[in-house]
Amino acid sequence: MGLNVRDLACARGGLAMLEGVSFSISPGAALVLRGPNGCGKTTLLRTLAGLQPAFGGEVDCPPEAIAYAAHADGLKATLSVSENLQFWAAIYGTRDIDTALEQMNLRALAGRAAQNLSAGQKRRLGLARLMVTGRPIWVLDEPTVSLDVASVALFGDVVRHHLASGGMAVIATHIDLGLPEAEILDLSRFKARLPEFGVGDFNEAFL
Amino acid sequence: MIALLMRDLRLAFRAGGGFGLGLAFFLILAVLVPLGIGPEPQTLARIAPGILWVGALLACLLSLDRIFALDFEDGSLDLLATAPVPLEGAVSMKALAHWLTTGLPLVLISPVLGLLLFLPGEAYLWLIVSLALGTPALSVIGTFGAALTVGLKRGGLLLSLLVLPLYIPTLVFGAEVVSRGAMGLAVDTPLALLAGITAGAVAILPFASAHVLRINLR
Repeated sequence: MGLNVRDLACARGGLAMLEGVSFSISPGAALVLRGPNGCGKTTLLRTLAGLQPAFGGEVDCPPEAIAYAAHADGLKATLSVSENLQFWAAIYGTRDIDTALEQMNLRALAGRAAQNLSAGQKRRLGLARLMVTGRPIWVLDEPTVSLDVASVALFGDVVRHHLASGGMAVIATHIDLGLPEAEILDLSRFKARLPEFGVGDFNEAFL
Repeated sequence: MIALLMRDLRLAFRAGGGFGLGLAFFLILAVLVPLGIGPEPQTLARIAPGILWVGALLACLLSLDRIFALDFEDGSLDLLATAPVPLEGAVSMKALAHWLTTGLPLVLISPVLGLLLFLPGEAYLWLIVSLALGTPALSVIGTFGAALTVGLKRGGLLLSLLVLPLYIPTLVFGAEVVSRGAMGLAVDTPLALLAGITAGAVAILPFASAHVLRINLR
């Protein structure tokens, strides 16, 4: 159990963005990814989530362990908060959405259509989805965008609770989540060198 | 997967869900054709099978780009691809939901529109049978086209260009069933071919669509 990444390379548009990324997380631990915009945080997270194949190296974790949360929350505007959560709970084969509503402070909004939520409330609903997946490894891409200070603290508590119950988290974020125990990995160290095209390589680029 | 089907149906029936778009198009076409062609019953009766089939086909085409585009925009497609549901199953459910909200209503309303076009009495049964057999193929092929073009900005034009040639066999055999039925001829051969196309499309295309989606999501 755990997430082990060895010498991973990730590519976007066929060009390597990151190479030689290695880390390992054991149950109860979190990893915070940092790095400037465009350095490949999202690409790395999508590779971990299995949305794109690794360019090199390997990701070693049980395939059914990862819950991925992207920039977009995957909410349906015309469904209510609880209908959105119930759908994802049914997809992941879990039933309980009450804990998630309670922990993300969405109880009062349960009957409201997602299109009538504020940006921060939508984000909280998107993060509540993680809780109904019942999966141990959370892979989060900028989870705190548009959250207010109180909600960031709320989310920090939720992550800490998840870690305390043996979960893991990989989080790309620029702000402090209040997780002092989390390890920090700066991705700018792993930036891939662009291949140098010589005259001989020119035609190969089109093959 | 039932949850996915129920969600898609629920979304289709809520405001702005697009249910009724194809139906309204089909209705308008069948009302306008007699106005454009003229009211002679013989002329209308002769072209009715073709008009009804072309109308059903275009009505199906109208709502195809919604199948994956909306899920792609709000991010649920990424999340569905990482969910424990096999993508092949999710694609099949999407196609089924499209058929239930577009194809099935067309089948049910077609006899009424046949009346407007003076469709001969013997042809009604074959109109319903051929549409019921043929429209699932339209939904499944359309889902494949939608999977191919997901993520493209303004992919609707490309989607139509890709999908229309694939619709032609279904159109030819479907309209043939109805015209033969109208003339009282045997319909076995075109009916068997129509059913064969649908069976083949339903069996193979969900796998192709799921594979294409995985590539498009990279």
